[in-house]
Amino acid sequence: MKKHEVPQDNEGLREGKQVDLYYVVDENGNYVTVPSCGWAPKNAALLQAWDMIHEKVEEVRQQVLHGKLSPIAYYMEKNIMDVKLLASYIGLPKWKVRRHLKLSGCTKLDEIILRRYADIFSIPVEALTNFRESAEKK
Amino acid sequence: MNNKDIEIDFDHRQAAHCENGVISNLLRFHNINLSEAMVFGIGSGLFFAYMPFMKLNNLPVISFRPWPGMIFNRINGRLGISIQRYKFKDPRKSMEALDKNLEKGIPTGCLVGIYHLTYFPKAYRFHFNAHNIVVIGRENAEYLISDPIMENIEKLSYNDLMRVRFAKGTYPPKGRMYFITEVPSSYDLKKAIVLGIRQTSQDMLRIPIPLFGVKGIRYLARRMRKWPKTLGPKKASLYLGQVVRMLEEIGTGGAGFRFIYAAFLQEAAKELNHPWLNDRSKEMTEDGDRWREFAIIAGRIFKDRAGLNESYSAAADVLMDIAGREEHLFQKLRKITLD
Repeated sequence: MKKHEVPQDNEGLREGKQVDLYYVVDENGNYVTVPSCGWAPKNAALLQAWDMIHEKVEEVRQQVLHGKLSPIAYYMEKNIMDVKLLASYIGLPKWKVRRHLKLSGCTKLDEIILRRYADIFSIPVEALTNFRESAEKK
Repeated sequence: MNNKDIEIDFDHRQAAHCENGVISNLLRFHNINLSEAMVFGIGSGLFFAYMPFMKLNNLPVISFRPWPGMIFNRINGRLGISIQRYKFKDPRKSMEALDKNLEKGIPTGCLVGIYHLTYFPKAYRFHFNAHNIVVIGRENAEYLISDPIMENIEKLSYNDLMRVRFAKGTYPPKGRMYFITEVPSSYDLKKAIVLGIRQTSQDMLRIPIPLFGVKGIRYLARRMRKWPKTLGPKKASLYLGQVVRMLEEIGTGGAGFRFIYAAFLQEAAKELNHPWLNDRSKEMTEDGDRWREFAIIAGRIFKDRAGLNESYSAAADVLMDIAGREEHLFQKLRKITLD
Protein backbone atom coordinates (compact mmCIF):
# COMPACT_ATOMS: atom_id res chain seq x y z
CA MET A 1 0.00 0.00 0.00
CA LYS A 2 1.19 3.51 -0.82
CA LYS A 3 1.16 6.45 1.52
CA HIS A 4 -1.63 8.29 -0.31
CA GLU A 5 -3.81 5.17 -0.32
CA VAL A 6 -4.30 5.01 3.44
CA PRO A 7 -8.08 4.87 3.94
CA GLN A 8 -9.75 7.44 6.16
CA ASP A 9 -13.31 6.10 6.32
CA ASN A 10 -14.55 7.42 9.61
CA GLU A 11 -17.98 6.00 10.38
CA GLY A 12 -18.10 7.11 14.00
CA LEU A 13 -17.19 3.69 15.37
CA ARG A 14 -14.19 4.94 17.28
CA GLU A 15 -15.72 7.77 19.29
CA GLY A 16 -12.84 9.88 18.05
CA LYS A 17 -10.54 7.96 20.33
CA GLN A 18 -8.59 5.46 18.41
CA VAL A 19 -6.60 5.47 15.21
CA ASP A 20 -4.89 2.58 13.44
CA LEU A 21 -1.30 2.73 12.41
CA TYR A 22 -0.68 1.66 8.83
CA TYR A 23 2.67 0.57 7.45
CA VAL A 24 2.89 2.06 3.97
CA VAL A 25 5.43 2.86 1.29
CA ASP A 26 6.30 6.51 0.70
CA GLU A 27 7.35 8.22 -2.59
CA ASN A 28 10.89 6.87 -2.26
CA GLY A 29 9.84 3.30 -1.60
CA ASN A 30 10.62 3.47 2.11
CA TYR A 31 8.29 2.13 4.76
CA VAL A 32 6.67 4.73 7.02
CA THR A 33 3.68 4.69 9.39
CA VAL A 34 0.53 6.71 8.78
CA PRO A 35 -2.52 6.93 11.07
CA SER A 36 -5.94 5.96 9.72
CA CYS A 37 -9.36 6.55 11.23
CA GLY A 38 -11.00 3.57 9.56
CA TRP A 39 -11.55 1.53 6.42
CA ALA A 40 -14.95 0.80 4.87
CA PRO A 41 -14.74 -3.02 4.52
CA LYS A 42 -13.47 -3.28 8.07
CA ASN A 43 -16.26 -1.02 9.35
CA ALA A 44 -18.79 -3.12 7.45
CA ALA A 45 -17.49 -6.30 9.07
CA LEU A 46 -17.74 -4.71 12.48
CA LEU A 47 -21.24 -3.39 11.87
CA GLN A 48 -22.32 -6.79 10.61
CA ALA A 49 -21.21 -8.36 13.89
CA TRP A 50 -23.12 -5.74 15.89
CA ASP A 51 -26.24 -6.12 13.76
CA MET A 52 -26.30 -9.80 14.60
CA ILE A 53 -25.84 -9.07 18.28
CA HIS A 54 -28.56 -6.40 18.36
CA GLU A 55 -30.96 -8.69 16.53
CA LYS A 56 -30.40 -11.42 19.07
CA VAL A 57 -30.68 -9.01 22.02
CA GLU A 58 -34.00 -7.68 20.77
CA GLU A 59 -35.32 -11.21 20.31
CA VAL A 60 -34.44 -12.10 23.88
CA ARG A 61 -35.85 -8.81 25.17
CA GLN A 62 -39.22 -9.66 23.66
CA GLN A 63 -39.10 -13.09 25.24
CA VAL A 64 -38.35 -11.54 28.61
CA LEU A 65 -41.22 -9.07 28.24
CA HIS A 66 -43.50 -12.02 27.43
CA GLY A 67 -42.38 -13.81 30.55
CA LYS A 68 -40.58 -16.60 28.74
CA LEU A 69 -37.05 -15.80 29.85
CA SER A 70 -35.52 -14.01 32.81
CA PRO A 71 -33.84 -10.58 32.74
CA ILE A 72 -30.55 -12.41 33.31
CA ALA A 73 -30.97 -13.97 29.86
CA TYR A 74 -31.39 -10.50 28.39
CA TYR A 75 -28.31 -9.04 30.03
CA MET A 76 -26.30 -12.13 29.14
CA GLU A 77 -27.13 -11.58 25.48
CA LYS A 78 -26.55 -7.84 25.79
CA ASN A 79 -23.05 -8.50 27.11
CA ILE A 80 -22.35 -10.87 24.20
CA MET A 81 -22.02 -13.78 26.59
CA ASP A 82 -23.13 -17.37 26.37
CA VAL A 83 -23.95 -19.72 29.24
CA LYS A 84 -20.38 -20.98 29.42
CA LEU A 85 -18.87 -17.52 29.68
CA LEU A 86 -21.46 -16.25 32.15
CA ALA A 87 -21.01 -19.35 34.29
CA SER A 88 -17.27 -18.80 34.47
CA TYR A 89 -17.76 -15.14 35.41
CA ILE A 90 -20.23 -15.93 38.18
CA GLY A 91 -18.44 -19.06 39.31
CA LEU A 92 -21.46 -21.38 39.17
CA PRO A 93 -22.00 -24.56 37.18
CA LYS A 94 -23.58 -24.12 33.76
CA TRP A 95 -26.76 -26.03 34.65
CA LYS A 96 -27.46 -23.58 37.45
CA VAL A 97 -26.95 -20.58 35.20
CA ARG A 98 -29.19 -22.19 32.62
CA ARG A 99 -31.89 -22.46 35.28
CA HIS A 100 -31.49 -18.78 36.13
CA LEU A 101 -32.21 -17.87 32.53
CA LYS A 102 -35.76 -19.11 32.95
CA LEU A 103 -38.11 -16.74 34.66
CA SER A 104 -39.12 -19.32 37.30
CA GLY A 105 -35.48 -19.95 38.18
CA CYS A 106 -34.67 -16.27 38.41
CA THR A 107 -37.50 -15.14 40.70
CA LYS A 108 -36.35 -17.59 43.37
CA LEU A 109 -32.83 -16.17 43.46
CA ASP A 110 -31.61 -14.57 46.65
CA GLU A 111 -30.22 -11.08 46.90
CA ILE A 112 -26.58 -12.22 47.03
CA ILE A 113 -26.63 -14.09 43.74
CA LEU A 114 -28.65 -11.33 42.07
CA ARG A 115 -26.08 -8.81 43.27
CA ARG A 116 -23.30 -10.92 41.70
CA TYR A 117 -25.12 -11.04 38.39
CA ALA A 118 -25.77 -7.30 38.53
CA ASP A 119 -22.06 -6.64 39.18
CA ILE A 120 -21.01 -8.76 36.23
CA PHE A 121 -23.41 -6.87 33.96
CA SER A 122 -22.50 -3.50 35.59
CA ILE A 123 -26.15 -2.71 36.30
CA PRO A 124 -28.16 -2.01 39.50
CA VAL A 125 -29.96 -4.99 41.02
CA GLU A 126 -33.32 -3.32 40.25
CA ALA A 127 -32.68 -3.82 36.56
CA LEU A 128 -32.95 -7.55 37.23
CA THR A 129 -35.82 -7.50 39.72
CA ASN A 130 -37.85 -4.87 37.93
CA PHE A 131 -37.03 -5.52 34.29
CA ARG A 132 -40.18 -4.16 32.66
CA GLU A 133 -39.65 -0.68 34.02
CA SER A 134 -35.96 -0.45 33.30
CA ALA A 135 -36.35 -1.99 29.83
CA GLU A 136 -39.10 0.43 28.86
CA LYS A 137 -37.20 3.44 30.07
CA LYS A 138 -34.68 2.99 27.29
CA MET B 1 -3.19 -0.19 48.66
CA ASN B 2 -0.84 2.67 49.20
CA ASN B 3 -2.03 5.74 47.35
CA LYS B 4 1.23 7.50 46.61
CA ASP B 5 1.43 8.68 43.02
CA ILE B 6 4.02 6.98 40.85
CA GLU B 7 4.92 7.71 37.30
CA ILE B 8 7.64 5.75 35.58
CA ASP B 9 9.43 7.68 32.85
CA PHE B 10 8.25 5.54 29.95
CA ASP B 11 8.45 6.44 26.28
CA HIS B 12 5.02 5.38 24.98
CA ARG B 13 4.85 4.87 21.24
CA GLN B 14 1.87 3.71 19.29
CA ALA B 15 2.13 0.49 17.32
CA ALA B 16 0.00 -1.41 14.83
CA HIS B 17 -0.19 -4.52 16.98
CA CYS B 18 -0.29 -4.83 20.76
CA GLU B 19 2.24 -7.57 21.42
CA ASN B 20 4.94 -6.07 19.16
CA GLY B 21 4.23 -2.65 20.58
CA VAL B 22 4.54 -3.72 24.20
CA ILE B 23 7.79 -5.55 23.52
CA SER B 24 9.26 -2.67 21.53
CA ASN B 25 8.28 -0.15 24.23
CA LEU B 26 9.56 -2.33 27.09
CA LEU B 27 12.86 -2.94 25.31
CA ARG B 28 13.31 0.77 24.70
CA PHE B 29 12.90 1.35 28.44
CA HIS B 30 15.92 -0.94 28.85
CA ASN B 31 17.86 0.93 26.15
CA ILE B 32 17.39 -1.61 23.38
CA ASN B 33 16.06 0.25 20.40
CA LEU B 34 14.14 -2.05 18.09
CA SER B 35 11.28 -0.86 15.91
CA GLU B 36 7.92 -2.58 16.02
CA ALA B 37 8.65 -4.13 12.62
CA MET B 38 11.99 -5.48 13.85
CA VAL B 39 10.34 -7.03 16.90
CA PHE B 40 7.68 -8.56 14.68
CA GLY B 41 10.26 -10.05 12.31
CA ILE B 42 12.71 -11.37 14.89
CA GLY B 43 9.83 -12.76 16.94
CA SER B 44 8.39 -14.45 13.82
CA GLY B 45 5.02 -12.82 14.28
CA LEU B 46 3.68 -13.60 10.81
CA PHE B 47 1.55 -16.69 10.62
CA PHE B 48 -1.68 -18.16 9.38
CA ALA B 49 -3.96 -20.71 10.97
CA TYR B 50 -7.49 -21.78 10.16
CA MET B 51 -9.05 -23.94 12.84
CA PRO B 52 -12.71 -24.52 11.98
CA PHE B 53 -13.20 -26.86 14.94
CA MET B 54 -12.24 -24.14 17.42
CA LYS B 55 -14.90 -21.50 17.94
CA LEU B 56 -14.69 -17.91 19.12
CA ASN B 57 -18.08 -16.22 19.60
CA ASN B 58 -19.50 -19.23 17.73
CA LEU B 59 -17.39 -18.59 14.63
CA PRO B 60 -14.35 -20.55 13.47
CA VAL B 61 -10.95 -19.33 14.60
CA ILE B 62 -8.75 -17.78 11.98
CA SER B 63 -5.49 -16.44 13.22
CA PHE B 64 -2.86 -14.35 11.53
CA ARG B 65 -0.46 -14.59 14.42
CA PRO B 66 1.16 -17.28 16.53
CA TRP B 67 -0.18 -18.14 19.97
CA PRO B 68 -0.17 -15.07 22.28
CA GLY B 69 3.15 -14.62 24.02
CA MET B 70 5.14 -16.47 21.37
CA ILE B 71 6.61 -13.34 19.81
CA PHE B 72 7.97 -12.24 23.17
CA ASN B 73 9.37 -15.70 23.94
CA ARG B 74 11.20 -15.84 20.64
CA ILE B 75 12.59 -12.33 21.02
CA ASN B 76 13.88 -13.21 24.47
CA GLY B 77 15.52 -16.37 23.25
CA ARG B 78 17.10 -14.72 20.23
CA LEU B 79 18.42 -11.63 21.99
CA GLY B 80 19.16 -13.18 25.39
CA ILE B 81 16.69 -11.14 27.42
CA SER B 82 15.41 -12.46 30.73
CA ILE B 83 11.85 -11.85 31.75
CA GLN B 84 9.80 -12.83 34.74
CA ARG B 85 6.21 -13.95 34.40
CA TYR B 86 3.49 -14.37 36.99
CA LYS B 87 0.04 -15.85 36.98
CA PHE B 88 -2.45 -15.47 39.81
CA LYS B 89 -5.46 -17.13 41.35
CA ASP B 90 -6.36 -14.26 43.66
CA PRO B 91 -7.19 -10.96 41.90
CA ARG B 92 -6.22 -8.84 44.92
CA LYS B 93 -2.83 -10.52 45.16
CA SER B 94 -2.25 -9.84 41.48
CA MET B 95 -2.85 -6.15 42.11
CA GLU B 96 -0.56 -6.17 45.15
CA ALA B 97 2.19 -7.71 43.06
CA LEU B 98 1.63 -5.07 40.40
CA ASP B 99 1.78 -2.28 43.01
CA LYS B 100 5.04 -3.62 44.37
CA ASN B 101 6.51 -3.65 40.89
CA LEU B 102 5.43 -0.07 40.24
CA GLU B 103 6.93 1.05 43.53
CA LYS B 104 10.23 -0.43 42.38
CA GLY B 105 9.88 1.57 39.15
CA ILE B 106 9.38 -1.44 36.89
CA PRO B 107 7.02 -0.94 33.94
CA THR B 108 4.93 -4.10 33.97
CA GLY B 109 3.21 -5.83 31.07
CA CYS B 110 -0.24 -7.26 31.67
CA LEU B 111 -2.42 -9.55 29.63
CA VAL B 112 -6.00 -8.29 29.62
CA GLY B 113 -9.42 -8.88 28.13
CA ILE B 114 -10.82 -6.20 25.85
CA TYR B 115 -14.50 -6.39 26.74
CA HIS B 116 -14.28 -4.35 29.94
CA LEU B 117 -11.47 -2.07 28.82
CA THR B 118 -13.20 1.22 29.54
CA TYR B 119 -11.05 3.48 27.38
CA PHE B 120 -11.63 1.40 24.26
CA PRO B 121 -14.26 2.57 21.74
CA LYS B 122 -17.45 0.65 22.46
CA ALA B 123 -17.84 -0.80 18.99
CA TYR B 124 -14.51 -2.59 19.35
CA ARG B 125 -15.19 -4.25 22.67
CA PHE B 126 -15.64 -7.99 22.23
CA HIS B 127 -14.67 -10.85 24.53
CA PHE B 128 -11.11 -11.13 23.33
CA ASN B 129 -8.54 -12.01 25.93
CA ALA B 130 -5.06 -11.67 24.51
CA HIS B 131 -4.50 -7.96 24.59
CA ASN B 132 -1.23 -6.60 25.99
CA ILE B 133 -0.73 -3.37 27.91
CA VAL B 134 2.01 -1.92 30.08
CA VAL B 135 1.17 -0.39 33.46
CA ILE B 136 3.53 2.51 34.04
CA GLY B 137 2.27 4.21 37.19
CA ARG B 138 -0.52 5.33 39.45
CA GLU B 139 -2.11 8.72 39.80
CA ASN B 140 -5.01 9.64 42.11
CA ALA B 141 -5.75 5.95 42.63
CA GLU B 142 -5.93 5.38 38.89
CA TYR B 143 -3.43 3.30 36.97
CA LEU B 144 -1.54 4.79 34.04
CA ILE B 145 -1.67 2.52 31.05
CA SER B 146 0.57 2.47 28.01
CA ASP B 147 -1.62 0.64 25.52
CA PRO B 148 0.38 0.33 22.29
CA ILE B 149 -2.62 0.67 20.05
CA MET B 150 -3.75 3.92 21.67
CA GLU B 151 -2.18 7.25 20.83
CA ASN B 152 -1.87 8.52 24.40
CA ILE B 153 -1.47 7.21 27.92
CA GLU B 154 -4.81 5.94 29.21
CA LYS B 155 -6.14 5.43 32.74
CA LEU B 156 -7.95 2.60 34.51
CA SER B 157 -9.33 2.43 38.05
CA TYR B 158 -8.20 -0.29 40.45
CA ASN B 159 -11.41 -2.26 39.93
CA ASP B 160 -11.43 -1.85 36.16
CA LEU B 161 -7.84 -2.99 35.84
CA MET B 162 -8.49 -5.97 38.11
CA ARG B 163 -11.52 -6.84 36.07
CA VAL B 164 -9.76 -6.89 32.69
CA ARG B 165 -6.85 -8.84 34.17
CA PHE B 166 -9.30 -11.52 35.24
CA ALA B 167 -11.50 -11.61 32.16
CA LYS B 168 -13.07 -15.01 31.50
CA GLY B 169 -13.64 -17.02 28.35
CA THR B 170 -11.29 -18.35 25.68
CA TYR B 171 -7.69 -18.02 26.88
CA PRO B 172 -8.41 -16.27 30.22
CA PRO B 173 -5.50 -13.99 31.23
CA LYS B 174 -5.59 -15.08 34.92
CA GLY B 175 -3.87 -11.90 36.01
CA ARG B 176 -0.80 -12.70 33.94
CA MET B 177 1.94 -10.08 34.21
CA TYR B 178 5.50 -9.95 32.97
CA PHE B 179 8.50 -7.66 33.03
CA ILE B 180 12.09 -7.60 31.87
CA THR B 181 14.59 -8.49 34.58
CA GLU B 182 17.81 -8.44 32.63
CA VAL B 183 19.05 -7.36 29.23
CA PRO B 184 22.39 -8.41 27.74
CA SER B 185 25.11 -5.80 27.27
CA SER B 186 25.51 -6.90 23.67
CA TYR B 187 23.52 -9.11 21.34
CA ASP B 188 23.79 -10.43 17.81
CA LEU B 189 21.03 -8.64 15.92
CA LYS B 190 22.00 -10.10 12.54
CA LYS B 191 21.79 -13.65 13.75
CA ALA B 192 18.47 -12.93 15.44
CA ILE B 193 17.05 -11.56 12.17
CA VAL B 194 18.15 -14.63 10.22
CA LEU B 195 16.69 -16.98 12.83
CA GLY B 196 13.44 -15.03 12.80
CA ILE B 197 13.09 -15.20 9.01
CA ARG B 198 13.94 -18.90 8.95
CA GLN B 199 11.37 -19.70 11.57
CA THR B 200 8.61 -17.76 9.79
CA SER B 201 9.43 -19.55 6.53
CA GLN B 202 9.35 -22.85 8.36
CA ASP B 203 5.99 -22.05 9.96
CA MET B 204 4.45 -20.88 6.71
CA LEU B 205 5.71 -23.75 4.57
CA ARG B 206 6.57 -26.83 6.49
CA ILE B 207 4.18 -27.56 9.35
CA PRO B 208 2.87 -31.00 8.39
CA ILE B 209 -0.72 -30.16 9.34
CA PRO B 210 -2.89 -28.66 6.60
CA LEU B 211 -4.42 -26.00 8.87
CA PHE B 212 -1.32 -23.84 9.17
CA GLY B 213 0.72 -21.56 6.96
CA VAL B 214 0.26 -21.55 3.20
CA LYS B 215 -1.61 -24.85 3.37
CA GLY B 216 -4.03 -23.31 5.83
CA ILE B 217 -4.78 -20.44 3.43
CA ARG B 218 -5.55 -22.97 0.67
CA TYR B 219 -7.69 -24.99 3.05
CA LEU B 220 -9.69 -21.89 3.96
CA ALA B 221 -10.09 -21.02 0.26
CA ARG B 222 -11.42 -24.48 -0.56
CA ARG B 223 -13.88 -24.39 2.32
CA MET B 224 -14.95 -20.86 1.48
CA ARG B 225 -16.03 -21.85 -2.01
CA LYS B 226 -18.55 -24.23 -0.45
CA TRP B 227 -19.80 -21.96 2.32
CA PRO B 228 -22.95 -20.72 0.56
CA LYS B 229 -23.95 -24.35 0.04
CA THR B 230 -22.87 -25.88 3.32
CA LEU B 231 -23.83 -23.02 5.62
CA GLY B 232 -26.61 -21.18 3.82
CA PRO B 233 -26.34 -17.53 2.77
CA LYS B 234 -26.72 -15.97 6.20
CA LYS B 235 -24.18 -18.04 8.06
CA ALA B 236 -21.79 -17.97 5.11
CA SER B 237 -21.83 -14.19 5.17
CA LEU B 238 -21.17 -14.25 8.93
CA TYR B 239 -18.21 -16.57 8.46
CA LEU B 240 -16.83 -14.26 5.80
CA GLY B 241 -17.34 -11.27 8.08
CA GLN B 242 -15.37 -13.12 10.73
CA VAL B 243 -12.45 -13.60 8.33
CA VAL B 244 -12.40 -9.88 7.58
CA ARG B 245 -12.64 -8.96 11.25
CA MET B 246 -9.74 -11.23 12.08
CA LEU B 247 -7.91 -9.84 9.07
CA GLU B 248 -8.46 -6.21 9.94
CA GLU B 249 -9.47 -5.84 13.54
CA ILE B 250 -7.53 -3.67 15.96
CA GLY B 251 -4.42 -5.42 17.04
CA THR B 252 -4.89 -8.49 14.89
CA GLY B 253 -4.76 -7.07 11.39
CA GLY B 254 -3.69 -9.86 9.05
CA ALA B 255 -3.24 -7.75 5.95
CA GLY B 256 -1.54 -5.18 8.16
CA PHE B 257 0.84 -7.90 9.31
CA ARG B 258 2.00 -8.44 5.74
CA PHE B 259 2.90 -4.75 5.53
CA ILE B 260 4.67 -4.78 8.88
CA TYR B 261 6.63 -7.79 7.67
CA ALA B 262 7.52 -5.96 4.46
CA ALA B 263 8.77 -3.06 6.58
CA PHE B 264 10.82 -5.55 8.60
CA LEU B 265 12.36 -7.04 5.45
CA GLN B 266 13.35 -3.56 4.34
CA GLU B 267 15.08 -2.91 7.66
CA ALA B 268 16.67 -6.34 7.56
CA ALA B 269 18.06 -5.64 4.07
CA LYS B 270 19.99 -2.71 5.49
CA GLU B 271 21.04 -4.40 8.69
CA LEU B 272 22.35 -7.55 6.99
CA ASN B 273 23.48 -5.76 3.85
CA HIS B 274 21.36 -8.12 1.74
CA PRO B 275 19.88 -5.91 -1.02
CA TRP B 276 17.84 -8.87 -2.34
CA LEU B 277 15.64 -8.60 0.74
CA ASN B 278 14.36 -5.29 -0.65
CA ASP B 279 12.82 -7.22 -3.55
CA ARG B 280 11.20 -9.64 -1.11
CA SER B 281 9.89 -6.62 0.78
CA LYS B 282 8.26 -5.36 -2.41
CA GLU B 283 6.71 -8.76 -3.07
CA MET B 284 5.41 -8.86 0.47
CA THR B 285 3.84 -5.42 -0.04
CA GLU B 286 2.07 -6.71 -3.17
CA ASP B 287 0.89 -9.70 -1.19
CA GLY B 288 -0.52 -7.39 1.50
CA ASP B 289 -2.36 -5.48 -1.22
CA ARG B 290 -3.93 -8.73 -2.37
CA TRP B 291 -5.17 -9.38 1.17
CA ARG B 292 -6.78 -5.97 1.06
CA GLU B 293 -8.43 -6.82 -2.26
CA PHE B 294 -9.78 -9.93 -0.61
CA ALA B 295 -11.25 -7.79 2.20
CA ILE B 296 -12.90 -5.49 -0.36
CA ILE B 297 -14.54 -8.39 -2.22
CA ALA B 298 -15.62 -9.97 1.05
CA GLY B 299 -16.97 -6.65 2.30
CA ARG B 300 -19.07 -6.32 -0.85
CA ILE B 301 -20.52 -9.78 -0.33
CA PHE B 302 -21.65 -9.37 3.25
CA LYS B 303 -22.73 -5.79 2.83
CA ASP B 304 -25.53 -6.58 0.42
CA ARG B 305 -25.92 -10.03 1.92
CA ALA B 306 -26.19 -11.36 -1.61
CA GLY B 307 -24.39 -14.59 -0.85
CA LEU B 308 -23.92 -15.47 -4.49
CA ASN B 309 -21.81 -18.54 -5.12
CA GLU B 310 -19.71 -16.73 -7.71
CA SER B 311 -18.63 -14.02 -5.29
CA TYR B 312 -17.48 -16.56 -2.73
CA SER B 313 -15.49 -18.22 -5.47
CA ALA B 314 -13.97 -14.89 -6.43
CA ALA B 315 -12.89 -14.32 -2.82
CA ALA B 316 -11.50 -17.85 -2.65
CA ASP B 317 -9.60 -17.27 -5.90
CA VAL B 318 -7.82 -14.31 -4.34
CA LEU B 319 -6.89 -16.46 -1.35
CA MET B 320 -5.48 -19.14 -3.65
CA ASP B 321 -3.41 -16.50 -5.40
CA ILE B 322 -2.17 -15.22 -2.03
CA ALA B 323 -1.21 -18.74 -0.96
CA GLY B 324 0.82 -19.11 -4.15
CA ARG B 325 2.57 -15.78 -3.62
CA GLU B 326 3.43 -16.49 -0.02
CA GLU B 327 4.66 -19.97 -0.84
CA HIS B 328 6.97 -18.56 -3.46
CA LEU B 329 8.18 -15.77 -1.23
CA PHE B 330 9.00 -17.91 1.77
CA GLN B 331 10.73 -20.50 -0.36
CA LYS B 332 13.18 -17.76 -1.29
CA LEU B 333 13.40 -16.37 2.22
CA ARG B 334 13.98 -19.81 3.71
CA LYS B 335 17.43 -19.88 2.16
CA ILE B 336 18.63 -16.81 3.99
CA THR B 337 22.10 -16.98 5.55
CA LEU B 338 24.22 -14.53 7.49
CA ASP B 339 26.54 -13.74 4.61
